[in-house]
Amino acid sequence: MDYLFDDFQKELIKQANRIGREKVKPLAAEYDREGTFPKKLIKVFAEAGFYTIYIPEEYGGIGRGILDLVLVTEEISRFCGGISLAVAATALGTFPIIIGGNEEQKKKYLPELAAGESIAAFGLTEPAAGSDAGKIQTRAVKKGDKYILNGTKVFITNGGNARINTIIASTDPERGTRGATAFIVEEGMPGFRYGKMEDKMGIRASSTAELIFEDCEVPVANRIGEEGQGFMVAMKTLDKSRPGVAAQALGIAQGAFDLACEYAKTREQFGQSIIKFQAIQFMLADMATQIEASRAMLYATSRMIDNGIDDVAKESSMCKIMASDTAMQVTTDAVQIFGGYGYMRDYPVEKMMRDAKITQIYEGTNQILRMVIARQLIKDITRHT
Amino acid sequence: MKIAVLVKLVPDSEAQIKLNADKSWIETRDISWVMGPYDEYAIEEALKTAGDKGGEVTVISYGDEQAVDGLRKALAMGVHNAVRVKREGEQDLLGTANALAEALKDNGYDLIFTGFKANDDDCAAIGTMVGTLLDIPVITEVSKLEVGEGNVRAERDIEGGREIIEASMPCVITAQKGLNEPRYASLKGIMMAKKKQIEEVVVTHTESRIEMAGLNYPPERAAGKVVGEGAEAVPELVRLLREEAKVIE
Repeated sequence: MDYLFDDFQKELIKQANRIGREKVKPLAAEYDREGTFPKKLIKVFAEAGFYTIYIPEEYGGIGRGILDLVLVTEEISRFCGGISLAVAATALGTFPIIIGGNEEQKKKYLPELAAGESIAAFGLTEPAAGSDAGKIQTRAVKKGDKYILNGTKVFITNGGNARINTIIASTDPERGTRGATAFIVEEGMPGFRYGKMEDKMGIRASSTAELIFEDCEVPVANRIGEEGQGFMVAMKTLDKSRPGVAAQALGIAQGAFDLACEYAKTREQFGQSIIKFQAIQFMLADMATQIEASRAMLYATSRMIDNGIDDVAKESSMCKIMASDTAMQVTTDAVQIFGGYGYMRDYPVEKMMRDAKITQIYEGTNQILRMVIARQLIKDITRHT
Repeated sequence: MKIAVLVKLVPDSEAQIKLNADKSWIETRDISWVMGPYDEYAIEEALKTAGDKGGEVTVISYGDEQAVDGLRKALAMGVHNAVRVKREGEQDLLGTANALAEALKDNGYDLIFTGFKANDDDCAAIGTMVGTLLDIPVITEVSKLEVGEGNVRAERDIEGGREIIEASMPCVITAQKGLNEPRYASLKGIMMAKKKQIEEVVVTHTESRIEMAGLNYPPERAAGKVVGEGAEAVPELVRLLREEAKVIE
């Protein structure tokens, strides 16, 4: 399928693919085994300008959009769905500043993020507030020119490695989601520390940590927007970042599909390569079809966002569900095509299957996203009757 | 310091090379073209040298419209200027070297870098020819370089050791693997490269003295032969290697 990319996007895909092939692929298995955070590769990504994509030109970026970020995330994820998060999750941590930050905050934080000197993380989830994000218990109490934060965030991607953390805390618990406020918390601010570093099933080259706030002092100047706007900032951030998860899932699926095709062509049984068997052909045909459908939906949604369409909660949820379910199905089938070898750690497809699973869970489980879609459907139906 | 880099696009090493219908050239339709890997070492060394010593890097390519793509790739990596030397008809290696030398001379370049070969035709000739035509020193297959005041000190691998060569500038350096680790073009660089002006130069061409008679695929390898199994097959294997394959005496 031809997605009619502009010349720059064609170059960007080539460049991301080359870096994936030359730099990410050789390290993927080792980093997965050891759970190594890809500091070395962040330098390469920074040099290549991957962190400049979504940042406006006046703050050191190139002012491109979600589609370009999606294309880079997809290409890197073909080689490692964990390492790609060093880019995608930094975008997630940066969006709140771009969406809701004031001029001073943008000037202060965006240039170092664009240069890849620092990476970012986004903190919303808490032990008791997962899908039910309105139940956050992290409190922010204003005292003079500071807010005092207390609470714990869990499962924070890039946690422990991000200098800049955008955190959602409650300034008015009685108002629920309307009492939430977003803050920029820098590494080293008094009272801010990392808790447990998680040992995960997949995406093991990405760090996932607890962020702990104990009387953490955050300057009022680091509040994003007004008090009470935190939930809105978070939802807008997630609408924009969800295509990134879909891109990660799509890349993992494509990577597994490529390997499955190659293996099916070279593996011989009963005197011929197994790709000659219809049982294998049908699996590959289904895999390719699901991948292409996910891709078409993802690129279309990304283009909606890039063209300024604000209300994309439904579409971005749809493309995340579609791509992540595809990733799970395609990687499972890739393991199946590899047979016994596919189940072994010496072959790369079992890792892809482990990496794929998280894409159905995070940035909104596929179940909660169905609620988001349904909510929009009901709105649409009511509007039309 | 004025530095020139001579570059050429080559087919991606993963491309499947097929001949065209009349076997006069390769089929170029489905090939994706990339900067020659040795030319990337040359560009990196030029940029590094200009960074350390101050100066400007100009990338030069000989060819048709397609050469512009190669120049833009070099611009994206950070070189300052780009020049396309217009191709006229089919040229042999000397004709190409001559055209490049014409474009280089009288421009006061202190250093001229190029890949030691383009890994398509593997001729490894242009750098040496250009240096000879300009009557300046040439050091080939350089894997380490120090640039001093008016002179260079280069190291190259030779059978069983390393050769150290000093030369005065201006000179030509052809780059070998190991010289450096080429940078990736940044997205900002790619964007700016699209807007940059590419200078076009017309030079007098010499007459080509060789003609491509034809191209052919390498002969297909014959299937192997299984002589037998285990130790008892060894005498027969040795006999065949000696008498049929004639690889041992």
